[in-house]
Amino acid sequence: MKPPARHRHDLIACHECDLLQRLPAEHLAGRVRCRRCGCVLDHGGHDPINPPLALGFTALILFVLSNSFPLLDFSLGGQHASTYLLAGIQQLYAQGAILLAGVVLFTTIIAPLLHISLLIYVFLPLSLGRRPPGFVAALRIMQAVLPWSMLEIFLLGVIVASVKLAERATIVAGPAAWSLAILVFVLAATTTQVHPGRLWDRIR
Amino acid sequence: MTHDLVGCHGCGLVNRWPAGLARVRCARCDAPLTRRIRRSVSRSSAFLVAAVMLYLPANLLPIMHVTSLGMVRSDTILSGAEFLLISGMWPLALVVFVASVLVPIMKMVIIAYLLISVQLRSPARPLDRTRLYRFTEFVGRWSMVDIFVVAVLVALLQMGAVADVRAGPGALYFAAVVILTMLATFTFDPRLIWDNVPKRDE
Repeated sequence: MKPPARHRHDLIACHECDLLQRLPAEHLAGRVRCRRCGCVLDHGGHDPINPPLALGFTALILFVLSNSFPLLDFSLGGQHASTYLLAGIQQLYAQGAILLAGVVLFTTIIAPLLHISLLIYVFLPLSLGRRPPGFVAALRIMQAVLPWSMLEIFLLGVIVASVKLAERATIVAGPAAWSLAILVFVLAATTTQVHPGRLWDRIR
Repeated sequence: MTHDLVGCHGCGLVNRWPAGLARVRCARCDAPLTRRIRRSVSRSSAFLVAAVMLYLPANLLPIMHVTSLGMVRSDTILSGAEFLLISGMWPLALVVFVASVLVPIMKMVIIAYLLISVQLRSPARPLDRTRLYRFTEFVGRWSMVDIFVVAVLVALLQMGAVADVRAGPGALYFAAVVILTMLATFTFDPRLIWDNVPKRDE
């Protein structure tokens, strides 16, 4: 038996402290915080579909760029080498650090790619007025994978590693480092643009 | 009577929970409804205990070996930060020290405190405890930075005869500590903090 389908769309239970409250009518204008614990309930914004889709496509392009161009160029006394995002994973794997390679692969390639593909998978049909199959599951996987996508931390790691080597060798940031730096901001922006609750007003 | 109303994790709709039903699905998105994360305290504690046990090998064993001109240097998490400090890069040394030494310890202490306070049904300072939870949730992932430094160094120095970098056993333990503390944070349900707070009338 299902409960009666009487939907109160303005009613919300805070996901951090469970206080039941009403979203203010003007909540589209900006961020709404829980009255009791202050956690963000809604980021505001009028269009819940097109901004995430645009960010998804942008992220996809940047992700492809970040993986196709050198991340860092390294030169020391006539020796020259450049490295790619995937190279660290391959090399760890080759050294026998298979689990470690798996961790890096998941957090810098699989999780971000899953996040980006699911953004497009969910929001492209929605923008065309259709509901993609497995819509609920896709949104859930997207939320679950989010904390494991660690490109921004990887970028900090790239900076730390370059500084460690800068004394002895010349390190130059490659195209992938720049696209990665932009990608980090694009992915961060998507987290404030996806509102699962609001999408339901738009679909049948 | 707020307890027969349950917010859906999937879509946020507040559902009625009919009396006497063990399982209810969301009327809008059909996701199973749960009042609280299931067995939150025991699962979170299990992840925490595992993380504490791996913490020692993570810090004592080297995370990488650098071979350069016949000399082998092994770096642990702490000596990596120290190296940055000696090189005069103190802002970066501070970032690395905070992310890889301070944050893991603080996280484990905070999660342990939250779990104990919830077990003791403490009503004290719920807002501050929620902030502590939010802090660990936000900051925990950043400890992974050391693992990525190893991955980048390994990749950069693979071809040159300049130096050879190999990942050490500490790296895997450290990654495990970060992952386990993240899981401990995610399985902890912050709403448990508020369950022991007397309800105010609005």
